[in-house]
Amino acid sequence: MRNPIAVLAAASLSLLAAPSYAWEPTKPVEIVVAAGAGGASDQMARMMQAAIQKNNLMKQPIVVSLKGGASGAEGLMYMKTSPGDANKVLIAYSLIYMLPLSAKIPFNWRELTPISVMALDEFVLWDNTTLPYKTTKEFIDAAKKADPMFKMGGTGSKREDHVLTVFIEKKTGAKFAYLPYKSGGEAATQLVGNHTASNVNNPSENLEVWRAGQVRALCVFSKERMQYKTKVTETMSWNDIPTCKEQGLDVSYQMLRAMFLPGGVKPEEAAFYTDLFKKVTQTAEYKDYMEKQALKPVFLTGKDMLKFLEEDDALNKSLMTEAGFVAQ
Amino acid sequence: MEAFHLLLYGFSVLMTWKILALMMVGLTLGIFVGVLPGLGGPNGVAILLPLTFTMDPTSAIVMLSCIYWGALFGGAITSILFNIPGEAWSVATTFDGYPMAQQGRAAEALTAAFTSSFIGSLVAVLLITFLAPSIASFALKFGPPEFFAVYLLTFCSFVGLGREEKHKTLISMALGLLVAGIGMDTVSGQLRMTFGSTELLRGVNFLVAVIGLFGISEILLTMEERLALRGHAAKISLRVVLKVWREMPRYWATLLRSSFIGCWLGITPGGAIAASFMGYNIAKRMSKDPDSFGKGRIEGVFAPETAAHASGTSALLPMLALGIPGSGTAAILLGGLMVWGLNPGPLLFVEHKEFVWGLIASMYLGNVVGLVLVLTTVPIFASVLRVPFAAIAPMIVVSCAIGAFAIQNAMFDIWLMMLFGVLGYVFKKIGIPMAPLTLALVLGSRAEDSFRLSMIGSAGDMRVFWSNGLVGSITTLALVLLFWPLIARALAAMRKR
Repeated sequence: MRNPIAVLAAASLSLLAAPSYAWEPTKPVEIVVAAGAGGASDQMARMMQAAIQKNNLMKQPIVVSLKGGASGAEGLMYMKTSPGDANKVLIAYSLIYMLPLSAKIPFNWRELTPISVMALDEFVLWDNTTLPYKTTKEFIDAAKKADPMFKMGGTGSKREDHVLTVFIEKKTGAKFAYLPYKSGGEAATQLVGNHTASNVNNPSENLEVWRAGQVRALCVFSKERMQYKTKVTETMSWNDIPTCKEQGLDVSYQMLRAMFLPGGVKPEEAAFYTDLFKKVTQTAEYKDYMEKQALKPVFLTGKDMLKFLEEDDALNKSLMTEAGFVAQ
Repeated sequence: MEAFHLLLYGFSVLMTWKILALMMVGLTLGIFVGVLPGLGGPNGVAILLPLTFTMDPTSAIVMLSCIYWGALFGGAITSILFNIPGEAWSVATTFDGYPMAQQGRAAEALTAAFTSSFIGSLVAVLLITFLAPSIASFALKFGPPEFFAVYLLTFCSFVGLGREEKHKTLISMALGLLVAGIGMDTVSGQLRMTFGSTELLRGVNFLVAVIGLFGISEILLTMEERLALRGHAAKISLRVVLKVWREMPRYWATLLRSSFIGCWLGITPGGAIAASFMGYNIAKRMSKDPDSFGKGRIEGVFAPETAAHASGTSALLPMLALGIPGSGTAAILLGGLMVWGLNPGPLLFVEHKEFVWGLIASMYLGNVVGLVLVLTTVPIFASVLRVPFAAIAPMIVVSCAIGAFAIQNAMFDIWLMMLFGVLGYVFKKIGIPMAPLTLALVLGSRAEDSFRLSMIGSAGDMRVFWSNGLVGSITTLALVLLFWPLIARALAAMRKR
């Protein structure tokens, strides 16, 4: 424990955990990660695992189960084929809208039970610090003239990063050679090694190489700047990164991080998890994680969450359609 | 000499009873999971990871890495005694290790495996200690074309240097590449060859195939031949150990070569599996008597084990320095680091000295303790051999099935394992080598991805594989190895004239 307040918070939380519920898990609970080891979903799942265990929020142990096969489709199908099993909880991201469209995976998030939205993740345009382009405008201007084309790295094909790249192209007229890697971590090291000129990684995926001065943050794809003002690198905080719109590149996109149970679970089972994840958002581990990885802490449940999901689904669908990524 | 001071500092971090005890526990658990086929290093580390949440990061990584060393040692035991590789990188160890056990030289083979593992790891740790900062930047030079060149080199060395008939090697490799294509294609984001089945979405896991190909097929053959499970009790006596150690210096060139191959592939990161195969093939090619390989030659155990362990150990370097996991186990350790609040990257070496150097010091200590532990406990594991075949065969099949199931918790994988078992049986009957198939299964999709990414980047220009000194020399070497039989013949013809 780093500070007395955290100890106090943890102690009070463990007291709070004592009341009995209408239902409680009877065997170890699995957090299903539909992505590879070490990626943003995996990191977040492990943070929640630590938060729940250290603060005694649940009697049963909690395990992280990596189901990242087939670009995450494995995790989605695993949830779909376990109806009524309240010992499995999925940590979802925009994959749940996009994968059924691009790869015709027979999956629909409405078949699962939405529990809570935990956070929104940002996307940032990064380039290599050895390149001379210090602002978004300089970078885009150079990309327009570049021959051969600039290489843009990203995670997977026909997914968030690829969609963002297509929209940068549409807004500016610049063209990129998009290189789909298996994970955000790989996209980060390939950028550092100068094998690509840029990427659109989440803050968490490029955090370390940014701090080491190997990549430059050009702009964040968000309507407003990120809120965290503590210095992360020697000179910059997350808040110092301008929005892309400020820089004349009018593209914005945020990605949900949300929890789902399989379909057909009982209301008291869903209620237990809603409560559990609400408590997670009050732990020091969660708050620390949000700030360190520059996520936007947003907590939605019930009708608010459903409304958010429907709107987000419609938005993602229109983006995917416009980018031409919907399989026929 | 800064590295030396830091290393001493690392040892001072380790010298507490608590950490030494954790080390022993970790090693014992590791050997245990390494022996069970399928439940190897990655799964063992994954299962035990939550235990470490309450520990401080240094104790936690020492325990987890000791599980890793233990699994590396343990994987050799089943390969040699049962011809079932406990770990993917032990496949090449079975080629000569198992024949040795059949000839009643199991103890020699085991001693050779453990000792050469120890040497491989030691060379890699020395390398990590003294070259850590400069090597990290070397790994960054690897873009898609470089990765593809390394995979190509591995494939070509197999075809060109293998003893088997070339067309059979190619048939086996092509089948492996085909199976590797099942599932989601990263580059296009589309599904391939899944035929609407959700079970096939995740593709064919390499370990499931290996357990079937090597484990189940062996049981089938043994049943057919009505033989007791071959091999003798492997009691390692001091006399055998000393005999093997006396023989070792004769193979210094093989050991050094394999260490070098292993370190190079671990850092680049080609991986321990590719390293063990390459180490074996090159030792065979360099040998004066290549035909004796595969028939129980001790050098055939030294070469792959040294390379696999040098590679497995040095794979931790890119993980710490860059956050690129060089192996499955390294990927899980990476997840652990993040739970403990550490972020792998170039700054880890600056900001968390006690952690990094504690880990490096534990590599030295863990390997020494591991070697002693494994040499003394082998009789326990080997006593299994004295049980009659009728009793042990079902046990092996069950443990194979558990292993196959545990990898992804999928019942489907058990059926897949049986299918590969039958395939392995047929392959053995018609004399098609299985190693090229397994190699293609492991590296196939990675090789394909890196080739296609290279092509996207260069707009379809093949000259990208000769675009700089590094990639150019690897590609050229690969092609030379591929056509080596022809080149060797041409050279011989020229010499005659």
